[in-house]
Amino acid sequence: MIRLEEVSKIYRMGENEVRAIDGITLEIREKEMAAIIGQSGSGKSTCMNIIGCLDVPTDGKYYLQGRDIGCLKDDELAEIRNKTLGFIFQQYNLIPKLNVLENVELPLVYQGVPEKQRIEIAMDALKRVGIEEKRNNVPSQLSGGQQQRVAIARALAGSPPVILADEPTGALDTKTGREVLDFLQKLNEEGNTVILITHDMGVAERAKRIIRISDGKIVSDSGHSVSVSGERKSGYEAERKGSYEF
Amino acid sequence: MNFKQSFKLAVKSLKSSKMRAFLTMLGIIIGVASVIILVSLMNGLSNEMTSRFEDMGTNTITVNVMGRGTNRSLSVQDMEKLIEENSAYLEQYSPRINASVTVKYETTSVDTTANGVNENYDKMQNIAVPEGRFVQFIDCERRQKVCVIGTYLAQKLFGGMNPVGEHLKINGSAYTVVGVLEEKADSEESSADDIIYIPYTTATRLTGNASIGSYYITAADTDEIETAVAIIKSKLYSVFGDEDAYRVTSMSEMIDMVDEMTGSIALVLVGIAGISLVVGGIGIMNIMLVSVTERTREIGIRKSLGAKRKDIMRQFIIEAATTSSAGGVVGIIFGIAAAYVAGILMDMSVAPSWNAVLIAFSVSVAIGMIFGYFPANKAAKMNPIDALRYD
Repeated sequence: MIRLEEVSKIYRMGENEVRAIDGITLEIREKEMAAIIGQSGSGKSTCMNIIGCLDVPTDGKYYLQGRDIGCLKDDELAEIRNKTLGFIFQQYNLIPKLNVLENVELPLVYQGVPEKQRIEIAMDALKRVGIEEKRNNVPSQLSGGQQQRVAIARALAGSPPVILADEPTGALDTKTGREVLDFLQKLNEEGNTVILITHDMGVAERAKRIIRISDGKIVSDSGHSVSVSGERKSGYEAERKGSYEF
Repeated sequence: MNFKQSFKLAVKSLKSSKMRAFLTMLGIIIGVASVIILVSLMNGLSNEMTSRFEDMGTNTITVNVMGRGTNRSLSVQDMEKLIEENSAYLEQYSPRINASVTVKYETTSVDTTANGVNENYDKMQNIAVPEGRFVQFIDCERRQKVCVIGTYLAQKLFGGMNPVGEHLKINGSAYTVVGVLEEKADSEESSADDIIYIPYTTATRLTGNASIGSYYITAADTDEIETAVAIIKSKLYSVFGDEDAYRVTSMSEMIDMVDEMTGSIALVLVGIAGISLVVGGIGIMNIMLVSVTERTREIGIRKSLGAKRKDIMRQFIIEAATTSSAGGVVGIIFGIAAAYVAGILMDMSVAPSWNAVLIAFSVSVAIGMIFGYFPANKAAKMNPIDALRYD
């Protein structure tokens, strides 16, 4: 599903070279729920940007569903983000001018789905997160938890196989954060590949697989939680690579 | 993302900041309105002048004789002979002698223009005389002191009374009023109704100058005016032997000249007004650039959700075009209204043209698209991560 091979991202700031991520090799299988954990500045965000096709690696290869992402044009990347990936951000990133329904419709708009069908699909997504009665409100009229649910509905609307959640609980209180994580787990059980980016071990533990990043390198990986055939492995019997110390 | 979606979004974002939208549009509104006002007024002016010339008959040819040396005029006999010899092209003629005169009846006196003409003049110029008659052959032959007056003079001098048969004094000598002309222009002072016709033979006495300076000639066929002009010119050349001694102008030529003149004046004025359209366009570009910066995060979100370059591009260009075309519509309405008000204030006739409206509208849309292109391109090229991180 997702395969990174010796991927590096180097930013040049004047004379200095900053290696945000440095030679990461990683494979995430279909239907896996993986958490990438690291301190701020560890390179986890860059990692997420590359996995999310928002950025391209300086070195190395990134294959998503077998396609080499490195050699794609801007518009091709946009299409992959549109059809394959669903983003959930820490800051929700809803468009303030648009109401809830219009926000959820956006990925479908860019897929070119006709209006009537679009509303249907968006309403379904809103029902799944249980916020359909707020469809005509604008984001500023909602609480943080509600906004994050709208963002999840938006990520689901395009029915992408991969959900990328960047610190999804970072701006929420513990209780709502827990609800959001429950929902992500449910999505994973329903067959979505879920990748969680976080600095919080408590959040990361919700995932069946934990990948720890520090200084742009993977320092530990609890191993695949899904076999090549797609069969789920239970918690501690997961394939282990490296140590399980954090 | 389709057109309808982008348009809805554009309207939404204009509505969300009305004051800014209005100020942005102001440049376009002023530009479009001034183009419409100028075109309407110039059109009105041109129509008015053309219709005045057309009243005189489009087949009319004017001959002005300045003369050369001792030979200062072309006699009526010569002119008559010329017409008879070329009856296939030339139909009728009338001398025309203008004199500024003072007309007096009892104690009221009025300054006006007397025109010395012959019996053909009323037919040539489509002049109707509902009361009494026009100047006749016998009047010219016998140098009768008769006159036909316009409605302005009839009202001014005679009030409600029928002037036909009354006597008035032109520069001190007594004339009999034999007819009153049909009203042509509201009977106002110095309009087409402020006029008096007398026999040309009488007029030469009045001016104290026996030579006739100008003639009106009608061509037999409107399509053959140029031939008619050429015939007259060759005759005059044979008499005077100098092209500067006379001037022959056909009315259609005059109309063309007027059209050309007002047309080029209009073009210059519209060009000047057009500058404000360009300034308006720059205003739109400026605001769109601000808007792109303000909405960097939105652009990032849209890109992360799969918006392609052309989607973002279209959104911003349509927004700019919507702003400028809304300005264009307001400008057109405002311009037409202002043109009528200006027409009333300056006592000019106003003729807004659909062409001008259509061109003004399409120019305003085009300006939005052209000046929106640069900001839209800037938005479309944004890197999604940088845009997402932007605060």
